[in-house]
Amino acid sequence: MISLRGVTKRFGTQTVLNGVDFEVQEGETVALLGPSGTGKSVLLKHIIGLIKPDSGSIVVDGKDVSHLDRKELAEFRQSIGYVFQNGALFDSDNVFENVRLGIVDESKFKDLDYATERVTQCIKLVNLQPDVVLQKYPAELSGGMRKRVGIARAIAGSPKYLLYDEPTSGLDPVNADIIDGLVKRLDEELGVTSVMVTHDVRGAFRVADRLALLSEGKIVMQGTPQEFLESKNAKVQEFLERDFDNPSFAA
Amino acid sequence: MPARAQSFDIRQSVGRSVLGAASHTGRFSFFLADAFRGLPEVRIWWPRMLIEAWNIGIGSLLIVILISAFAGAVTALQTGYQFTGSIPYYVVGTLVVSSIILELGPVLTALILSGRIGARYAAELGTMRVTEQIDALESLGRSPASHLVLPRVIAGFIMIPALTVFANLSGVAAGWLSVKAVLPVTDADFVYGAQYYYRPFDAYYSLIKAFFFAGAITTISCYMGFNTQQGAEGVGKSTTTAVVASSVLILVLDVVITRILLNQ
Repeated sequence: MISLRGVTKRFGTQTVLNGVDFEVQEGETVALLGPSGTGKSVLLKHIIGLIKPDSGSIVVDGKDVSHLDRKELAEFRQSIGYVFQNGALFDSDNVFENVRLGIVDESKFKDLDYATERVTQCIKLVNLQPDVVLQKYPAELSGGMRKRVGIARAIAGSPKYLLYDEPTSGLDPVNADIIDGLVKRLDEELGVTSVMVTHDVRGAFRVADRLALLSEGKIVMQGTPQEFLESKNAKVQEFLERDFDNPSFAA
Repeated sequence: MPARAQSFDIRQSVGRSVLGAASHTGRFSFFLADAFRGLPEVRIWWPRMLIEAWNIGIGSLLIVILISAFAGAVTALQTGYQFTGSIPYYVVGTLVVSSIILELGPVLTALILSGRIGARYAAELGTMRVTEQIDALESLGRSPASHLVLPRVIAGFIMIPALTVFANLSGVAAGWLSVKAVLPVTDADFVYGAQYYYRPFDAYYSLIKAFFFAGAITTISCYMGFNTQQGAEGVGKSTTTAVVASSVLILVLDVVITRILLNQ
């Protein structure tokens, strides 16, 4: 379970998160919605301890992430797979080495036979052909392929939680649909708990069990897709209207 | 009023600079502490260090030899120009060897490498920072210090002194050949002069300086790259700052080390 209580974060004079309360139950997929620049990615990075809050608590599986020491944080991160917005693949390593780095257990990482089998398995899970992509470098891949390799790396260590940072941003609608389908399938097949940051409302409705809307540094609403569609909250309605001319389409 | 506003601005500016310097000092200390903590992870940094050492050594060898050779030649030619005949010719050997080994070899090599290696390290790590590759390493529970910083720093500590040896040899050789073109100095004169004032400590002194310069170049450029912000502009800024800061530190260290080791 992931639980954020009163999380506040300022960068200089700008308050990005202002007392955020956010909760994710075991096994569910939550889409964190909000316009660009509202701090969705910042919130996601708090969960994995890449950013420390100015105040408030972030508790994952009973551990307060912001109070873990270096070693505890490294161990804690092994239970989380993080999919970065643009893949964040290592330029100097090929796809095989990139995905292999996701195998967080050191003995399994060093076992080349296991690593080869696991990397191949993960590459197939994200609908890529191992014999085509494994020896390629990130610069030789398309944007969609890079995102999928990023997902393969995130799941290689069999994490309990998956955090997706804008997995469909910058993709054409067809590729965005493929990634959305992939996220849903992985959540079902692997049984992980997922948080997906996105501003793509249609994708969020397709994939998530619950939605949360972040606006002006606060979570203004958390609920099921149906509750969002029925909400009278002005900010929720304003946000949904951008993507749905006819809200019934989403339902 | 304008005078008062101006003095206020100056105070603000000075205060900001002091806070900035203190912040950099603190972060640089933590950065070094992180790097030291990664030392036991030999299995991770060793193979990467070999690649970096190869890149630094082979990639920089030609330019280091070339520049040092020209410096040695010019030193010899200027010595020849200033000779009036009242000083014995063998002294030219002393001047060329001492200038190259004590000063020009290590300092010129370090300044060249601060541009070549320092800029590369800062740009590589800066790009990795802005494209979230460093965050990705951390998110996988892996230490960026042992994967990225230690291989570069240790490779620098090994290869920069080694390149300095090549610079010294090429500088002395070029100086020897050049001085024979402008003065009636025999090989025996040059060798006699070179040995007359030479102490074995001079070679160690040259390597000690190169070792400290290596530390300045690699740690500053890695630190600047690690703390890059704001996209492509930030990478450019980090790279420039890394080269300027490491070059200035090389010159400061040059004075300090000379004062400590040669003027006791």
